[in-house]
Amino acid sequence: MDILLAIAIMALGAVVLGAALGFAAIKFKVEGDPLVEKIEAILPQTQCGQCGFPGCKPYAEAIVNGEEINKCPPGGAEGVQRLADLLGREVKPLDAEEKPKQIAIIDENTCIGCTLCIQACPVDAIVGAAKQMHTIVAQQCTGCELCLPPCPVECIHMEVIPETIDNWKWKYPVIEIKAAA
Amino acid sequence: MLMNLFKFKGGVKPPSNKLQSNHLPIAQAPMPSRLIVPLHQSIGGTPRPIIQAGDHVLKGQMIGQADGWISAAVHAPTSGTVLEVAMHVRPHPSGLDSLCVVIEPDGKDEWITRTPIDHRAVPPADVFHHLQQCGIVGLGGAGFPAHGKLTPSKGVAMDELIINGAECEPFITCDDLLMRERADEVVRGIAVFRDLLQPKKVLIGIEDNKPEAIAAMRAAVDAQNEPFSVVAVPTLYPAGGAKQLIRVLTGKEVPGSMRSTADMGVQVFNVGTAYSAWRAVAHGEPLVSRILTITGNVHAPRNYEVLIGTPMDELLALAQPHPDTDGILMGGPMMGFLVPNPQVPVVKTTNCLIAHADRLFPPKAPEMPCIRCGACARACPHELQPFEMYWFARAKNFGKTQEYNIFDCIECGCCSYVCPSRIPLVQYFRFAKSEIWAREREKNAADQAKTRFEFKQYREEREKADKAEKLAKAAAAQAAKKAAEAAAAAAAEGDATPSAGAAPDAAIATVNPEKEAKRATIEAAMARAKAQREAVQPKNVDNLTPDQQKVADDIEARRVAAHLIAPEPVAPDNEKSE
Repeated sequence: MDILLAIAIMALGAVVLGAALGFAAIKFKVEGDPLVEKIEAILPQTQCGQCGFPGCKPYAEAIVNGEEINKCPPGGAEGVQRLADLLGREVKPLDAEEKPKQIAIIDENTCIGCTLCIQACPVDAIVGAAKQMHTIVAQQCTGCELCLPPCPVECIHMEVIPETIDNWKWKYPVIEIKAAA
Repeated sequence: MLMNLFKFKGGVKPPSNKLQSNHLPIAQAPMPSRLIVPLHQSIGGTPRPIIQAGDHVLKGQMIGQADGWISAAVHAPTSGTVLEVAMHVRPHPSGLDSLCVVIEPDGKDEWITRTPIDHRAVPPADVFHHLQQCGIVGLGGAGFPAHGKLTPSKGVAMDELIINGAECEPFITCDDLLMRERADEVVRGIAVFRDLLQPKKVLIGIEDNKPEAIAAMRAAVDAQNEPFSVVAVPTLYPAGGAKQLIRVLTGKEVPGSMRSTADMGVQVFNVGTAYSAWRAVAHGEPLVSRILTITGNVHAPRNYEVLIGTPMDELLALAQPHPDTDGILMGGPMMGFLVPNPQVPVVKTTNCLIAHADRLFPPKAPEMPCIRCGACARACPHELQPFEMYWFARAKNFGKTQEYNIFDCIECGCCSYVCPSRIPLVQYFRFAKSEIWAREREKNAADQAKTRFEFKQYREEREKADKAEKLAKAAAAQAAKKAAEAAAAAAAEGDATPSAGAAPDAAIATVNPEKEAKRATIEAAMARAKAQREAVQPKNVDNLTPDQQKVADDIEARRVAAHLIAPEPVAPDNEKSE
C-alpha cells in the first residue's frame, strides 16, 4: 500500500512539475537568440562588411557559431575586448589595421550622378538622383567605405572626422614619471 | 529679517584672496587693438554669423544669430570693421579653434539704435525673444541662455527665485563690486525675473564675507520697496554652486537626476545676469561687456568693465603682471583652467583672470596612491564618494562610475583640494564623463545606422517582390491575350478541334510566366540599347572633301604636338616618359 502511495505521490509531483515547466516554456518563450543581440549591441553597426559577412547581424550570428571575434576593424581593440568579456573568450589582436573614424565626402564637381554609390550605401546616407549631383549626409555616414569602389569617376574620398570643441574629450590624467637622478 | 538657514554637507575653506582686488572701484578697460568674438559663447546651438569680412558694424549690432531656442545671439562689442570670420582659439581647456568674428575698432564706439521694451506691457514670449536677441546668458559660469530658465515648469508652482551673489571662489570679486556699485540696477533686473516667474519668495544669497555688498543690496531693495530678502550665507566653498545655494536658503535638496531646478519650484540666477537683463530690457543694450576681476600675480589687481572679445594679454597688461607670470587662469583657482594661449579673448562667462605663477600656485607634488582616508568623501558637497569614482574612472570602468553617480559631480574641486595624496580627482571625473558622453553618442549613431540598414534591406526586399509581382501579372496578361488570339483564330478557321493548338501554348505560358516576362524584358532592353547605339554613331567624318580632310589632319597634328592626345602608335613610350 505504502509503495503505491509513494508512486502516486511521485507521479503527481512529476505531472505538476511537468505542467509547470510546459507552461513556462510557452509563457516565457524567448524569441530569437539573446546572445546574438548582445553581440550585436557591441558591434559598431557600420554595416561595412570588412569582417567578411554582409552586415553586423550576420557577423554576430557567425560569432555565436564559433567565428573569431577579432574581425571587426571599426570596433577596434576595445570592441574585441568587450566581445571577449561577454563571451569568455581570449582577447586577440585585431585582424586588420585600426583606423580613426572617418566619413565619406563626394567631390560634387566631379560627380556625374550615376547613383551607384546610393545603391551601395548600407544606411541610405547618400542623397541624389540619376544625372543629379549626389551628396553625403554626414551625420548618417558610418564611414564603411562601401561607396568607394562602385564610383566610376572616383569622386568619393574618406576624411578623418576632425576634433572639434563639440566632440573633444578630456584626456586620461597622465602620471608623470620622473627620471631617477 | 531672521531666517532659518540650512547647511550642505562637506565644503572647504580655501584662503579667500579677495581683499587684493575689491578695494578699488570698477574701472573701464581701454579699447583693445582688436576684438575676437567667438560665436559659440553659451550652452546650446552655435549662432550663425550674419556679417562678412569688410562689413562695418556698430556697437551692439548682431553678428551671430541665435540657432534654436537654447541659444543666444552674439553682438559686436564696439563699432568698427569686421576683419575676418575665421577659426581662432577660444578660451576652452581643449585649446581648439572655433568660429570667431574679428573686429577692428574704429574708436568711435558708436551704438546701434537701441530698442528698450516694457516687460510689463508685452507678453512674456516677447520678453524671452528680446532677451535672446540681446544675448543674455548666465554670467555665473555655465552660460545658459537666461530666457530658457524664465519659464516655470508645467504643473509646479514657482516657490523661490534665488539670486546668486555668493561668489564663493577665491580671488573673484566681480559680483561683489557689481553689487556694491550697481545694486539699484541689479535689483531692477531681479524684479524683471520676478515678474516673469511669479515666485512666492525672492531670496538674494550673498556670502557673509561681503558686508558692503550686502548693505548696498539691502539699501537698494528698501529704496525700491521690493519684498526681496537679502540673506547673508556662511562663507564656505562651494556655497555659490546652484544646488548648494538652494540647499542653504531653502533646505531643498535637488535630486541628481533632475535636469532643471524649476521642477522643484526653484530657479537660480547670478547677480550679473540680473544686471545685464535689466540693461537689455530697460535700455535695449545687448550683452557686449561684462565686469571681470584681474588678479593673482600682478601689481594692481582690480575689477574692470571689459568688452567681450578683448584679448586676455591686453587686459592682463593693465594690472601690470609680475615678470614671473607664466600663464593666465580663467575662472577661480578651484574650477578655472589655464587658457591655451594669452591672446584668447574674454567671453561672456569669463569672470576672472588670474595671473599664474609657481610662487602663487606651487606645482603639485606627484600623485601618490589613494590611501582610502575618506577625506574626499567628507569634503564632497554632493555627498558622493570620490575615492570610489576615482578607482573606477582610473580603471576605465565607466559603468561603475555611473553607479556611483558621477554625473552628480559638479567638478567643484573640493576633493582634489583635500586629498592628502594629491590625486587630481576632478581630472579623472572629467575624463570619465566625457568618455561616457562619447560612448553615448556612438551608441546612438550605431542604433540609428542599424535601423537605417534594416529599413534599407526591408525596402529592397519589398521592391524585389513588387517587381516580380508586376512582371508576373504582365506575363499572365500577355499569355492570356495570346491564348485568346489563338482561340479566336482557331474558331475563325472553324477547325473541328479548335482548342488543340492553342491550349498547350497557353498552358506553357502560364506555367512559366516569370521566364516569359524575363525574356520579354531582356529583349526589349536589347532593342533599346541597339537603337541608342545607332543613334550616337558619329557621322560627321564621312564623305569629307580633300580640303576638309586636310584641315582635320592639321588639327590632329597640332593636338599631338601639344600633348593633348597621345599619338596612337607611340602611346606606351609617351606614357612612360611622362
